[in-house]
Amino acid sequence: MVAANIIKHLKGALIASIWLAFLTLPIMVIRVDTVEKTVTWRWMHLAYMAVGSFVLAFIWNIFLERRDRGQAKKALETVERVSALSQFLSDPRFARPLMAFGFLVAAAFPWFFSMYQTNILVSALIYVVLGLGLNITVGLAGLLDLGYVAFYAVGAYTYALLNYHFHLGFWAVLPMGAVMGAFFGILLGFPVLRLRGDYLAIVTLGFGQIIRLVLENWSAFSFGPSGISNIDRPGLFGITYSVEQATTYMYYIMLALVVLTIFVTARLKDSRIGRAWLALREDEIACQAMGIDNTRAKLMAFALGATLASLMGVVFAAKTTFINPASFTFMESAMILAIVVLGGMGSVLGVILGAFMLMLLPEYLRAFSEYRMLIFGATMVLIMVFRPQGLVRAKRKVYKINTEAAG
Amino acid sequence: MAQNMNELNNQNTVLSVRNVSMNFGGLRALSEVDLDVHPGEVVALIGPNGAGKTTFFNCITGIYTPTEGVVTAYPKTGKPRRINGMRTNLVCELGMARTFQNIRLFPSMTALENVMIGRHCRTKTGILGAVLRGSGTRREEQEVVDKSYEMLTKVGLEKLANEYSRNLPYGAQRRLEIARALATEPFLLLLDEPAAGMNPQETEELKQMVIRIREEFKVSVLLIEHDMKMVMSLSDRIYVMEYGRIISTGTPKEVSEDPQVIRAYLGEDDDA
Repeated sequence: MVAANIIKHLKGALIASIWLAFLTLPIMVIRVDTVEKTVTWRWMHLAYMAVGSFVLAFIWNIFLERRDRGQAKKALETVERVSALSQFLSDPRFARPLMAFGFLVAAAFPWFFSMYQTNILVSALIYVVLGLGLNITVGLAGLLDLGYVAFYAVGAYTYALLNYHFHLGFWAVLPMGAVMGAFFGILLGFPVLRLRGDYLAIVTLGFGQIIRLVLENWSAFSFGPSGISNIDRPGLFGITYSVEQATTYMYYIMLALVVLTIFVTARLKDSRIGRAWLALREDEIACQAMGIDNTRAKLMAFALGATLASLMGVVFAAKTTFINPASFTFMESAMILAIVVLGGMGSVLGVILGAFMLMLLPEYLRAFSEYRMLIFGATMVLIMVFRPQGLVRAKRKVYKINTEAAG
Repeated sequence: MAQNMNELNNQNTVLSVRNVSMNFGGLRALSEVDLDVHPGEVVALIGPNGAGKTTFFNCITGIYTPTEGVVTAYPKTGKPRRINGMRTNLVCELGMARTFQNIRLFPSMTALENVMIGRHCRTKTGILGAVLRGSGTRREEQEVVDKSYEMLTKVGLEKLANEYSRNLPYGAQRRLEIARALATEPFLLLLDEPAAGMNPQETEELKQMVIRIREEFKVSVLLIEHDMKMVMSLSDRIYVMEYGRIISTGTPKEVSEDPQVIRAYLGEDDDA
């Protein structure tokens, strides 16, 4: 049985390696020197390719089989298995101190690490909030939004333009950015109320492009592709500070916003509103037939997600002091969506981990220079193959039942 | 129209359907349907497959807007309301809750949470309340949990409260749908083929449960059902539908002796 399986995998790996060796023959083996007009045949490369792909394909097959066997076993169990780790994490006796410890480490970070590291972490924290915001729309309410970055742009340009024209400070614009985000969220929400799934994704994709194209081409309004520079950093009671101090200050602002966002989204998730979103995601018709106002629930999800993105836009503009439309491409939307999906749709902890992974991995992989994006992409593929539900599976709250009252 | 409504509002009716037709393009799915449900009554709507029964349910719960006719609901408190064209969630809020022919639970929510969704329209915590979680919100949450759990005990699912609804056995899923509908505090329960796919014993249990629920919650029941044994022993009155028309109405005995009904069910040919 086992031997037969291994032979099967060996055969599969052999076929895969022959195929790949043949496929890569022109680029790996033949080298044409156009100056010397010679052709070199590097047969050794063919051998590397064949052996390498053979080994990898074999390992891959074995892992896939183990995964499938694991899934089959899981399907037979009626009670869902809870891993020791997630049990540990969900126990408040451990979770609370762990959270406090994490917060202390985060608070002490700028004192122990360089400005460069702190700066990277600020970017990562921005993406944590963006991920949590999109998690409301996509993860909880199930509304696939591919134009999320548009709201990020709305916030950034709200601050940049108000600062440029009226010299309004960061703290004054922050709430305005939130309002603008909510407004645009509802503006997009209305026309897409009747759409779902693929259709919704395409419309939101279009919306994201519209915002970017307007910013790029309406020069009188947004200064076009050259963007807006010299945006003020956040004020601190009129004190002037150095660039290094600015980074630290920005870091603490972001840390506070992240804590606030986690608090808000975690509470919403387990509330009446959060349940309505979940029901909307699971079955729209049943949801409405059970008395939930779909329109309200959808608009709320869009508006809240957009509000968080817009807040982050304001922070982003203040952090970089320069913005242009190139920062708000579809790639950004895709990245934030990847954070949500990789982290685990609907899971707050998962999205936070996802954001750190996707933001910090490319940074710290710089040592591998040109293989950076390759490793990054491979990691994403691997996670999706072996953990399709994301890094952390969203768990449902277990409610305490007051049996006496229930009789 | 308003006069007509007042005239009918003698608390002798909970739902009155007058002359309702539904066209899909050129197809006439319902044709001049009249139907009444009186307080505390169990009314069955039967008919061959494709007769338009589910379309009728969709028309009176706001999923479709009927092409013609008037549907009026008479809530226990408050004025009678014309509900054709009303939004589905408002129909539910008014007090008409339904189940679905092909079960429509929320699969990755627990049984308890499914019922808690039914409490949504009877509670009112907003975003701010949910984030601040003050004493009012906490009290409401606990009340939702307790009340939902109570509904689960009514349908005998309390032991499965924290199971994902997708993992429940088929019969339990059907009962869970009823518990979810009951949680909305309806005056009229609309059941779309509640016994479909159940074995005779389960069907019998379901019947007893419907009788119990009617007594305890003082609800009227309108059900679509194919299981004749259940329909005949459970219903006070029966409407028979064929090709979108009501062809017969009366007590189970009257209906089962109606030659029109026999023809509709058995056909004039032999291959029924």
